[in-house]
Formats: sequence, C-alpha cells, structure tokens
Amino acid sequence: MSVELPARVNPIGRALSDAGVLAWRSLKRFPRTPDMLIYATIQPIMFVLLFAYVFGNAIPIPGFPGARAYREFLMSGIFAQTMAFAVASASVGLADDMSKGLIDRFRSLPMARSGVIAGRVIGDLVFNAFVMLIMVLCGFIVGWRWHNGFGQALAAFAILLLFAFAMLWVGALIGLSVGSAEVAASAGLIWLFPLTFLSNAFVPTPNLPSGLQPVAEWNPISSIVAACRHLFGNPSPFASPDGFPAQHPVWLSLIWCAAIILVFAPLAVRKYRSATTH
Amino acid sequence: MAAIEATGLVKTFKGRKTAVKALDGIDLDVPEGTVLGLLGPNGAGKTTAVRVLTTLLKPDAGTARVLGHDVVKEADTVRSLVGLSGQYAAVDELLTGRENLWMFGRLYRLSSRQAKQRAEELLATFDLTEAADRTLKTYSGGMRRRLDLAGSLIAHPKVLFLDEPTTGLDPRSRLDLWQIIRDRVREGVTILLTTQYLEEADELADSIAVVDHGSVIARGTADELKAKVGGERIEVVVHDQGDTVRALELLTDALGIADPEATTIEEHTRRITVPAPGGSSALVDVIRTLDAAAIRIADIGLRRPTLDDVFLTLTGHEAEEKESL
Repeated sequence: MSVELPARVNPIGRALSDAGVLAWRSLKRFPRTPDMLIYATIQPIMFVLLFAYVFGNAIPIPGFPGARAYREFLMSGIFAQTMAFAVASASVGLADDMSKGLIDRFRSLPMARSGVIAGRVIGDLVFNAFVMLIMVLCGFIVGWRWHNGFGQALAAFAILLLFAFAMLWVGALIGLSVGSAEVAASAGLIWLFPLTFLSNAFVPTPNLPSGLQPVAEWNPISSIVAACRHLFGNPSPFASPDGFPAQHPVWLSLIWCAAIILVFAPLAVRKYRSATTH
Repeated sequence: MAAIEATGLVKTFKGRKTAVKALDGIDLDVPEGTVLGLLGPNGAGKTTAVRVLTTLLKPDAGTARVLGHDVVKEADTVRSLVGLSGQYAAVDELLTGRENLWMFGRLYRLSSRQAKQRAEELLATFDLTEAADRTLKTYSGGMRRRLDLAGSLIAHPKVLFLDEPTTGLDPRSRLDLWQIIRDRVREGVTILLTTQYLEEADELADSIAVVDHGSVIARGTADELKAKVGGERIEVVVHDQGDTVRALELLTDALGIADPEATTIEEHTRRITVPAPGGSSALVDVIRTLDAAAIRIADIGLRRPTLDDVFLTLTGHEAEEKESL
C-alpha cells in the first residue's frame, strides 16, 4: 500500500498539473451552486432590459439615428461589464477558501505556488464563458446582431474572455488581501461601477462633458467595448475620432489586457505566498 | 535523530498600533516516533508554532528543521514529507469525500490512478466509505475532521502536525479520533499535537511542552508535570460540619504533615484535602484514623492532580481564562 512519490517533476509540468486539478475542483463546484449562475446573469440581464427599454430611449447615438441603434450600441458595453465583474467570482472564491483554511492546506502541500490561483482563474474563466453565452442569447432577443461575419465576432468574444482572464487576476489579489467572502464581494465590485459608468459602455462618449471625454475614451473598459463594437460592426461613436483609442481599438484593448495581467498576476502570486488565515 | 527540532523561534505579528509576539523564543525537540503535546490556552502561540514548522509562516528569528530539512530554505522538501491537519477541517464542502481525497492526492503528485487507490484505502481506514459520494456539507463535525486527517495522511508522512485535532468535537468523535492518532503512532509516525485539552495531552503525548505567551514554560512527561504540582491528595467529606476542624487535626498528626499550607479545608462543603505521599496506603490510614475517632465519612477519594492543576500552578491563571478574550 506504499505509494512512491516521484522525486523530481519539471516545474512547468507541475504548475500545469496543479492548475488543472484546481480548475477541475472549480468546475465540480459550479453545478452544485446553481445560485451562483443565477446571480451572475440576473444583474447583466436587468441592465440590458433597463438600458434597452428605459434609459436607451433618452440616449441618442451621434451619427446613428433610430431606436435600434442604441441596442446594437449597448450590448458590447454589457458584455464588457459582465466580464469585468469576473473580479467578484475570483475574489469571493479565494476569500472563502482563505477563511475556511483551505488556502493553508494547499500551501502546506508540495504544490506549485501559482497552482491555486491559476486553477481558480481557469475555472472561473470557463464559468464566465458560460455567462457570456447567456448574455449573447439575451442580446439576440433584444435585437443586437453582428455584421462583420462570424470570424470577427469570434475575435471579439476572444478579447472579452481575455479581458475576463485579466480581471480574474485582479480579483485574485483582492480575494487574498481581504479577510472574508463578504468583504471580498463588495471590495471586488465597488470600484467597478464608477469605472464602467465612466466609460463608453452605456453612454456614447461625445455625450459626456468634454473634461471626462479623454478619461472615458482611454478607460480600459472602453477599449474593450470599442474593440468589440468595431469587430461586431456595431455603432461606435468617439468624441475624438482621430485619437488612438478610436483608430486602434483592438490594439488598445490587447495592450490594456496585457498590462493588467503583467501587473496583477505577479502581485496575486506574491500575495498567495505570504497569505495567512490568522 | 530528532524528527522535529526548533531553536529560538520568534514570530511577531504587527498590528496597526500593537505588535503581538506570538512566538518568543520557542525551543522544541521531538525524537522520531514520539508524540509531543503542545499544551496551552488560546493565543499562547501553539498554532503559530505549527504554521512555522509546516512552512506556512517564516519565523522572524530562530531555525527549525523537520527530518533534518530546514523549514525555510528547504520548504518544498518539508512540505512533501509532512502532513498537516488543522483545527478548521480544511476540506472543500462542495466536493464529496472521495473527490476531496483524490484532489489532495493529485496535489501530492500522485498519478490519477494512484490518487484514486489511495483515496479508497483512506476512506476504508477512516470508516468513510459509505459517505464517500456525499458532499461534505452533509458530513458531521467528526466525519469532516476524519476526512481532514485522512487528507493529511495521503503521502504517508513520517511527521504529522495536528493543530487542535479534536476541538469542538463531541466525546464519542473525540475518542474515535484519539484511536486514529494512536494507530498512526503505532506505525511509527512522529506527531506534534497542539491542544488546549489537558486530558488530551495526557492521553496521547509521550512528552508535553506547556506553552504560554509564546514560550515553553515547562516540559516533561505528564507524570513529571503532575509531580511538580505535588503528587496525589486525599479528599474527605465528613458527615457533620462540626467535625471538619477536628478531622483535619487528626489527619495532620496521623500522616505526619509538617506543612499546614499543604492542607485545605472548606467548612461549608465539609471537605478537607491533605497530601497523600503514600498514595492508597495513606487512604487506609485516613479511614482508620477517622473511624477510630468516630467521625463519619460522607465521601472519600484519592485525587491525582490533573494537568489543569499543573497549568494553574505554572502560569498562575486557569487554562481556560483566555478563551473568552
């Protein structure tokens, strides 16, 4: 009954294997907490309905007349916001593991240091892809369409998932820094609301006060939204149509994602190494 | 060879205004195949010591080795050699028992097949096979603790750290867990066990280190520690309240007690206690003496000092005193 431990495993293989096991764990958990999916989708669906049918009528899209233009404009904003909120799933999940002592248990195992967070991020990414799918169906129902072919639409979805991936590392850092799941839930979201409202997600930037326009156009969330609108062929008005964000929306979105990952992934792993429950 | 040795461990936690010295120069030495009980109230530094020894915390000063490997410099090696089971049953509530053990097995670098096989072995050993496919939400406290302990045994660790393994368990589950721990000892596993149950240290540990305010204030076997408090005592409850003072005088003479401080008398409960250096033979003397003087005895017994008495004597405060803080 003795089991020999392999003496040496190459570190990259080990990191991948550990991340895989932890991702498996996350995926096992999702179907057992169906309320998570309900809460993750109810908020964006409410936003779609509110903006499409209530506020949208009061928000003209410069250069794109007609009631349907706003719904086409809106959906990329909703997608990006939904992916940004991935922060909460990582932060709440990791804070919960911390408070239950599971992080201690994992840290006492001969695991790769990145394993727990990477597994969480991968698992949550799959979950968010599922949420994304629901939101796409929701968009179809309110009249949103893509116009540049399936290939470009697929590229837009890839950018959205890359953005979710980046934001999950932010969530991981928050989750490992706060004491409880309750704090993590609000700490993970409270700064996201102003960030999404100060973007092009719901209101076209030309409609904003001129002082806020550059802030909104360079906002990372705006860059994701603009890249999606560009790829989907949806209305995408800019206050400064000659600026870099308007000219190179896809590049700017990729730069933002890379920057977020490069800053937050090492910070999160470092936090994990010193994370303590007490 | 010492399986666990620690020298001068210091760990300070800095808060916003105050710094708490959780470890203040702890020295430990646990020979291979023995059980050390780390005994102390909440906040004494027991858990911090375990966290340093299992590589979860870096000490501010001092060194520690487990099976000859430095816990800071060779942390990864130490992690693959030890098992840790904590007071907060660190298992995933949404996974089943079988899934939890498989996951831990994989993280200990077993292949999927090996991890499955090891999970089955442990489920059988810990009497959890029937509950193996239920999520842990449905487990009782004792079952969770058993599964947690099973998780720490996956890689057949030579050294096991158990941080308050039975805190909060009902007496039946506690006895079950004690048996499981004894079985590991029989297999030659070295165990460091923290507990605030004095009875538990007495029951399981070969030697005991009493910890208070981050340092070891006494060490020895349970018997040695009890001897420090002053051996066995006889407690007599006399039938008539008027007899208590006379009974004490007679017993002081009969047993040749030189120090009146060593005796106690409680008039309202009619209870007197006297030291009994001879153990049960002194008990016979006491009964004879009181019988000869026609003093009726309501109750009498030989009382061995508990580790609670030890703690009170060593620290000047009750072991439980700090729990409410």
